[in-house]
Amino acid sequence: MIRRVLPHGLGRGLLTRRPGTRRGGFSLDWDGKVSEIKKKIKSILPGTPCDVLPDTSHLPPEHSDVVVVGGGVLGLSVAYWLKQLENRRGGMRVLVVERDHTYSQASTGLSVGGICQQFSLPENIQLSLFSASFLRNINEYLAVTNAPPLDLQFNPSGYLLLASEKDAAAMESNVKVQKQEGAKVCLMSPDQLRNKFPWINTEGVALASYGMENEGWFDPWCLLHGLRQKVGVFFCQGEVTRFVTSSQRMMTTDDEMVTLKSIHEVHVKMDHSLEYQPVECAIVINAAGAWSAQIAALAGIGKGPPGTLQGTKLPVEPRKRYVYVWHCPQGPGLETPLVADTSGAYFRREGLGSNYLGGRSPAEEEEPDPANLEVDHDFFQEKVWPHLALRVPAFETLKVQTAWAGYYDYNTFDQNGVVGPHPLVVNMYFATGFSGHGLQQAPGVGRAVAEMILEGSFQTIDLSPFLFNRFYLGEKTQENNIM
Amino acid sequence: MWNGTRGIHRLGGAVVPEGNQKKERKMLQFLNNHFYDVEALRGYLLQREMSKVHLKNRSFTWLEEQHGPYSAGAFFILKQGGAVKFRDKEWIRPDKYGHFSPEFWNFREVPVEAVDASDCEINYEGLDNLLLLKELQSLSLQRCPHVDDWCLSRLYPLADSLQELSLAGCPRVSERGLACLHHLQNLRRLDISDLPAVSNPGLTQILVEEMLPNCQVVGVDWAEGLKLGPEEHEVPVFIPGCPWLKVTAPVTLRQPFPCPSSGLGR
Repeated sequence: MIRRVLPHGLGRGLLTRRPGTRRGGFSLDWDGKVSEIKKKIKSILPGTPCDVLPDTSHLPPEHSDVVVVGGGVLGLSVAYWLKQLENRRGGMRVLVVERDHTYSQASTGLSVGGICQQFSLPENIQLSLFSASFLRNINEYLAVTNAPPLDLQFNPSGYLLLASEKDAAAMESNVKVQKQEGAKVCLMSPDQLRNKFPWINTEGVALASYGMENEGWFDPWCLLHGLRQKVGVFFCQGEVTRFVTSSQRMMTTDDEMVTLKSIHEVHVKMDHSLEYQPVECAIVINAAGAWSAQIAALAGIGKGPPGTLQGTKLPVEPRKRYVYVWHCPQGPGLETPLVADTSGAYFRREGLGSNYLGGRSPAEEEEPDPANLEVDHDFFQEKVWPHLALRVPAFETLKVQTAWAGYYDYNTFDQNGVVGPHPLVVNMYFATGFSGHGLQQAPGVGRAVAEMILEGSFQTIDLSPFLFNRFYLGEKTQENNIM
Repeated sequence: MWNGTRGIHRLGGAVVPEGNQKKERKMLQFLNNHFYDVEALRGYLLQREMSKVHLKNRSFTWLEEQHGPYSAGAFFILKQGGAVKFRDKEWIRPDKYGHFSPEFWNFREVPVEAVDASDCEINYEGLDNLLLLKELQSLSLQRCPHVDDWCLSRLYPLADSLQELSLAGCPRVSERGLACLHHLQNLRRLDISDLPAVSNPGLTQILVEEMLPNCQVVGVDWAEGLKLGPEEHEVPVFIPGCPWLKVTAPVTLRQPFPCPSSGLGR
């Protein structure tokens, strides 16, 4: 437009000068000029990205005090409690590295979402009770001023564990421990069971334990989302590929030479590219769930002669578990708890529309291949349905709607979590290996690890039976009630 | 509306504001997103409101040794603004200044029969005090803003005596909390009208009626959840417990459909 006007004005001389056309078309192309000026002002104002330097916004920061490997519920819980318990607000920089931000294979999202206090170990019961009170007051812990309050969709329907003759004595002693720790659990005889839940077939059941309060199931995505939006940490989508460690040889009191390692750099590789960022860090937390053993191997844990502390690997491996959803219009009513049968099969209601979901842990010899998350429907037909139909006759006619599979971060040693520092790699802390009850213990474990890092010892719940040392010393902290 | 004058910090959040309040909220959200001071102030006010509720629900169980459980529980209710009725006595209500007559301190052995805790700010911790009243027959928790599903799961100790329960208008009670009312087998009258958090009131009413066969469940007209489809063919749908009904399809109850053999993920 300027080009068109100028020869016009020049051709006709000064007499035909139009109003406003003084120096090169001030009012012409007014809209374009205004938007250009707006863009310039915006780029100068603070808060907008400056395009002069290359864009590194997808990379993690170069320095971070704590790097949490794994962005599932355990990793986020540790990050949350670190920020809550730090002495100065903003005093600690925490980086959470998650390989897959869609959480497509993460155990958290694929979990059934149950919480119960019916364990045999007092520590497990206390962790579960703490988590129940965390979830109950979730809007006080995770309140963000502008966001709507979190709705966990918690069903307080409780857990009903059934025991056959041979397990009845163990169940009784477990319930005694649970009551001592403060869980509200009651024992029921087969007659009382039939009275309360007329749809149960009590054949083969000698005793049942029923959780009355603080037990049920909830939506794990909501907890994940709540933790993510509250916690003031750096998130990074990438994969940890390398730890750069420095070692120090020291003499123990028994005059043995020990090599203590310390991780001082973490290499985080970006998705779909060879680009990586070395992050200098002081502490690394291994919350990688089913893949924790790989992360531990990167730090050199387990590289040594077997039978020694250096040669003790982290015994956590992924185990595939199936969950099936079926519809049964004549099934148990609204009051159905999560029922765990004597055979290990379990089920619970899902929603208002006569849908149920459940599954069963396979025996050791039948463990499916954890290479992928494909569902085996024959497993339901042969191993799950017969037990369900025996226990609840209404389930003889049911129609499977859908199914999915997820990983347990299975601790092959004693099926309980690994919490706390490694004795040789001094700044790696574990929060993994919970074998199917990680979600319900996440708030408690997160707090315990944060206390261990900040204070040096467990303050609220003593999780010393869950330290790494037990793998080397051979002391099993066995949990009997695993589903 | 009971929540209209709560100010800029709303704890419940379950009721949608209309008209003017919407503009007010938008302005507030804009300020919150752009100024740290506004965010910090709102956070502080929210915390203050939460601690006020905690203070109201502090434990009065220490009064039990001196005055007996019934007086201790009654004192808690009266302090909250509710009303109590001892057996064979009149209703005791606080007046508009919050004062109530101290005659109930003498009723050591007289059990409390009925409690009207409507519009009170009772929450999960405060139920400790309410559960002291072991022989309670009628409980009204209408429009209580902090009574939620967790609180309902705590009511089972009153199963032997409780005959009447009203949860009308509680914004946080959903069908999941109603499921744990099955412990209250002596319940004769249950009011579950006007629960905004219940996703399907008609179906919930039917399921609760099935769960508590001896109880009269009041509140929702179960037919209000049903819609007539484009072709109104009369398909008799069997709803257990109501064999005399014939319903036109489609119904909001889920029907079984063929199982897809592949199914990965939720």
